Amino acid sequence: MNLGNLSDLYRQLILDHAQHPHHHGELASADQTVTLNNPTCGDVIKLQVELKDNQVADLAFSGDGCSISQASASMMTDLVKGQSLPEVQHEIATFLEMLMGNNDADEDVDALGDAAVLATVVKFPARIKCATLAWKALEQAIGEANNHE
Amino acid sequence: MVKNIATARNDFPILNQQINGEPLTYLDNAATTQKPQVVIDALTHYYETDNANIHRGVYTLAERATEAYEGVRQQVANFINAQTDEVIFTRGTTTSLNWVALGFARQLLQPNDEIIITVMEHHSNLVPWQQVALQTGAKLRYIEIDEHGELDLTQYGELLNPKTKFVAFTHVSNVLGTINPVKQMTKMAHDVGAYVVIDGAQAVGHFSVDMTDLDCDFYAFSGHKVYGPTGIGVLYGKRELLAEMNPVEFGGEMINLVERQTTDFKPAPAKFEAGTMPIAQAIGLGAALDYLTSLGWSAIEEHEQSLVTAAYQQLNKIDGLTIYGPAAGPTRSALITFNLNGVHPHDVATVLDTQGVAVRAGHHCAQPLMQTLGVSATTRASFGLYNNLADVERLIAALVETKEFFQV
Repeated sequence: MNLGNLSDLYRQLILDHAQHPHHHGELASADQTVTLNNPTCGDVIKLQVELKDNQVADLAFSGDGCSISQASASMMTDLVKGQSLPEVQHEIATFLEMLMGNNDADEDVDALGDAAVLATVVKFPARIKCATLAWKALEQAIGEANNHE
Repeated sequence: MVKNIATARNDFPILNQQINGEPLTYLDNAATTQKPQVVIDALTHYYETDNANIHRGVYTLAERATEAYEGVRQQVANFINAQTDEVIFTRGTTTSLNWVALGFARQLLQPNDEIIITVMEHHSNLVPWQQVALQTGAKLRYIEIDEHGELDLTQYGELLNPKTKFVAFTHVSNVLGTINPVKQMTKMAHDVGAYVVIDGAQAVGHFSVDMTDLDCDFYAFSGHKVYGPTGIGVLYGKRELLAEMNPVEFGGEMINLVERQTTDFKPAPAKFEAGTMPIAQAIGLGAALDYLTSLGWSAIEEHEQSLVTAAYQQLNKIDGLTIYGPAAGPTRSALITFNLNGVHPHDVATVLDTQGVAVRAGHHCAQPLMQTLGVSATTRASFGLYNNLADVERLIAALVETKEFFQV
């Protein structure tokens, strides 16, 4: 039985987030709502964001997905809540680079908090889209808010 | 030469390898099947000795390639009990179904005509009909499933009416594994004057299909799901309907005469086969059909039924595991779709992969069925003629490990 790789992918931290996701549910104060799906597997995420004073004041997610996508969304919400938009946009870029296996962003990865452990997903190419779904939803939510200004 | 199913596994070189340090347990046969050595050899032989473009050349090599390609058409016709000119080569089931929808149905459908499909269709037998309905103003109606995952024939009977112009359904569900009563359904559709289109992608290769007996109007299947190459498929159509059906693609080889403003097409099947066809793949398909014939349908069916029965019984014993579709028996084909309570299908498939077990996780290109079942995704294990009881054991053991790993 080769479970070595597996424990790499499913670290306890990832399982904890997946089983007890943070900021999971609906957000009444949301001013941006983005629903994204992963067409290869049918997973769906609904991300709701409240933007105030150029900050992510609050956010919440709901939907249906595997443990990687749920954990990733949970970690992301922990990280970005209360941060400024430029900071968040930089972190999104760092995260997506990390999931493309691009090492240039290495020094910024530590700033990703719990989400830094998702770097191991690179070893499971079929699962990368699961990890990036929430972050792409956040990128879109911020983009749409900027367009409306 | 008659071959033995018990040793058939040895004919598939790809199966003799380890994945993540474990023997490969390939259980994604509903997506694509592996290829026996005879198919690989047929492709190599063609490229090494016979390669030329077909129909056009007057030289010996071109005649040889043409003869081989047209020989497979004859072989397919025999294989499905049809006439040779009723067999069209396509890229696969999806292309076959699109050509019927776009080249035949679209020109016949009027606003408020009705198309009936089933809720268990693969997107390839669903989206083309949805698009044709949108383009013509026809209505798309659905046959529902009952609690066993079988089609509700009473409701189907109620849907049928003189406005029904097309009824399209799958022979075997790629998710539920249900073998549909296609002959009876065809008769019911014909009774109201509707045309019948059958998606045979999950049927051909598992049991024999007979166009004359089924009496359907169109039937589609793919080469790569019957142990042949990718890029080749078949559309069967009744001769008189193919005469009315329009080509969807135009170009070389399908014409009688081209003038500046008009073109006269060749008769079927040539009028549908524009451009250079997948010649090598057609020849590979011929080798695959020969291979199936050498094993014999009764051996294949009996073997796959024994596997699916064993898998069904053992999966059923796993706590918290839900199986979709009918119980093992005459209405279930060689695949089982399930969910493990508390573990997402993607996570199941990843853990299984670390143990060498290849299964499919996701919506299986059947999102309306997922919506009907009330799930976003499922895990599917699908069997082929080379699987054995050891594969079933490995699947079950890997699932038990998965449960332990996720502590559910």
